[in-house]
Amino acid sequence: MAEKINKEKDCSTFGLRKINMIADKKNIAIPDFRHTAPVDQVGVEERASRFTKRSIKKETKLNGLLLALNMIDLTTLEGKDSDGKVKQLCYKAMHLHDAYPGLPTVAAICVYPSMVKVAKAALGDSGIKVAAVATAFPSGQSSRAVKLSDTRFALANGADEIDMVISRGKFLQGEYNYVFDEIAAIKDACGDTRLKVILETGELGTYDKVRKASEIAMYAGADFIKTSTGKISPAATMPVTLVMLEAIRDFYYATGKRIAMKPAGGISKSKLALYYLVMLNEVLGEAWMNNHWFRFGASSLANDILMQLEKERTGVYQSPNYFSID
Amino acid sequence: MSKAIKKNTIQLKFDSARVYEPAIESKSAAKIKPVYDLFINGKFEKPLSKKYFNTINPASEEILSSVAMAGKADVNKAVLAARNAYERTWKKMPAAERAKYIYRIARMIQEKAREFAIIETLDGGKPIRESRDFDVPTAANHFFYYAGWADKLEYAFPNRKAMPLGVAGQIIPWNFPLLMAAWKIAPALATGNTVVLKPAETTPLTALKLAEIIQEADLPPGVVNIITGAGDTGANIVNHADINKIAFTGSTAVGKIIQRAIAGTNKKATLELGGKAANIIFDDAPLDQAVEGIINGIFFNQGHVCCAGSRLYVQESVYEQVIQKLKDRMETLIVGNPMDKNTDVGAINSREQLATIQRYIKLGNQEGAEMYQSACALPKKGFFCKPTIFTNVAQSNRIAQEEIFGPVLAIQSFRTDDEVIEKANNTAFGLSAGIWTDKGSKIFNLTSKMRAGVVWANTYNKFDPTSPFGGYKESGYGREGGLHGLFPYVKLV
Repeated sequence: MAEKINKEKDCSTFGLRKINMIADKKNIAIPDFRHTAPVDQVGVEERASRFTKRSIKKETKLNGLLLALNMIDLTTLEGKDSDGKVKQLCYKAMHLHDAYPGLPTVAAICVYPSMVKVAKAALGDSGIKVAAVATAFPSGQSSRAVKLSDTRFALANGADEIDMVISRGKFLQGEYNYVFDEIAAIKDACGDTRLKVILETGELGTYDKVRKASEIAMYAGADFIKTSTGKISPAATMPVTLVMLEAIRDFYYATGKRIAMKPAGGISKSKLALYYLVMLNEVLGEAWMNNHWFRFGASSLANDILMQLEKERTGVYQSPNYFSID
Repeated sequence: MSKAIKKNTIQLKFDSARVYEPAIESKSAAKIKPVYDLFINGKFEKPLSKKYFNTINPASEEILSSVAMAGKADVNKAVLAARNAYERTWKKMPAAERAKYIYRIARMIQEKAREFAIIETLDGGKPIRESRDFDVPTAANHFFYYAGWADKLEYAFPNRKAMPLGVAGQIIPWNFPLLMAAWKIAPALATGNTVVLKPAETTPLTALKLAEIIQEADLPPGVVNIITGAGDTGANIVNHADINKIAFTGSTAVGKIIQRAIAGTNKKATLELGGKAANIIFDDAPLDQAVEGIINGIFFNQGHVCCAGSRLYVQESVYEQVIQKLKDRMETLIVGNPMDKNTDVGAINSREQLATIQRYIKLGNQEGAEMYQSACALPKKGFFCKPTIFTNVAQSNRIAQEEIFGPVLAIQSFRTDDEVIEKANNTAFGLSAGIWTDKGSKIFNLTSKMRAGVVWANTYNKFDPTSPFGGYKESGYGREGGLHGLFPYVKLV
């Protein structure tokens, strides 16, 4: 026991020292992105499915559901979004289901830059963050100047977090330096504002490429790596998220710096969300088990979790009509 | 631990990974009788020896049931029943009819899968997740597969006629009790032989449950006889004059005794014995998946696997990285009650086996190897062992040479391909090996040079009824599974 306490103490002070060192960015050696760690498709899919064999019951399930709720980036990213819709969504973010006392809020709401001002005003001092998708979201098919100006516009309107997309075309061409520089430039514009880098894994094609893109993003300054825009299918899957979590772990081993993770799109059921949490817990450990280090990008997941929570509380499922759709 | 920190490694914290709310499979879903007799000639009969022995749950040390001890007279009776069934019904039956029976057994195993899984876990100590997801479905698949061969033997052996041998005496181990019974019985029946099978004394219950199914399936009496007992019972089967074929899975020591006993007789034999498999990680391997393969290789079924990847060779340039990942991964293994659906590593099969494993762990420390065990707490009752790895192991260490048959891994590093090929083959065994690399040509080079019956590339402990399994050297001879698995049960004319 004594040995264990020492171990933890040593580890954490050690980790801290590393992080301080990282603050001086010159000390991170940038690897050669042509040679990133290979990923075995069969192995990674098998491992991902193993997490779904965990049986999550009672207290663990309840805590997991509440945690998942608290990790949601409630999202609306449509051309037809209106001020009214965003305001409604913000109210929902703060009051998920008032019939159930003591619920947490979601982590953030995720909108286009033009809606940031409305969202900021609606959320007030609730502590819920406003994330803006920038950089010619979702395709990223524009010049760097436009992407930077898009980012600055979102920041000027008060965005707490920026979700950028990588240039998948350049990445697939093998122009890794271009992708790296672009992320670094956006991060530079963000300053202390946390930057989520969307890899759009559905367009990358292989796990090897997901791994490569994750490494490029992290070394270029990403605070989060995020799977998808939600506009392309497939969006987040468990194996893709696993590859990214393992990349985060290796980056942490190498630099002592924690990177956050956000799977987005396709996670609409609480059971699946719980399996993601199992995976997070068993790959990165408890330090990542909070909404600073992990988010779900989702719109319909919240209601499914609420339904499950009510079922846990009352013992019966309620009609979806009892849960607001925003 | 202090060593790890000196090497400037960061260890992740996983305390919360082990605290899932218990999800216990219900015992009441399976029926275990208080007493089991011998299954001879289609009926459960009291042993002529009048003796019984207890089988216990290794996770709680509770007695599960009392099981008959077959003496010499009982073995004679079982062999006679098998002989009569062979001469009078089974060898004359059209192959397609035989297939129907085998198929029926497969279906009934599937129908009672949950009950089988529960009994397997209670009696043997393996995690319910493994018996549910691996042992039982794989056993059913084995029967399905050989049901298909029964009426197609002429295609298996073109231009030859495959004749059955007669009565097969089959002795199986305690690590995969139901699955090993399936491996033995299915090909024997498909080729037209009759069977006297003896399960291991610590794990007889699923074989007896299988006997109930065989009874229910209306298999002609005597075609399959299942008799329980210890080493003496096995010896009586091996030495019985009216047995035509011995199929044995178990330790190399017993395998040698059997070989001596049948020397000079007409008995055919397949022996599937021990192993000390090399699992080889090259620096270009997908490391996270390789670590998963190491875990699966040595901690699957508490390491009670004859083909377990118990010697790990890691290429020097990725050695530190792999060990770090491996240690972090070990911390997430949940060790405990095998009936909990979240348990990854269950109970050691018996007190004796636990003592053997502990003796080797002590030996490893004495030999100067560096031990690391996961920080998990072990249950107070029952036979449990922490997942254990040894680094700084020498090829001459006994923990690198002898089969431990437990969750204990001996790790060495290597530099060149030739070096690792030499080291991997430098063993008395030759059952299996694992190779991890992203380069296809390297896989083919290595597989052709490994003196091992099964070589897995970028995976480990994968089984399929269509794939033959068996050893080189002191790991035995003969193949089970696939088309090859038919051959030991036929004579070709």
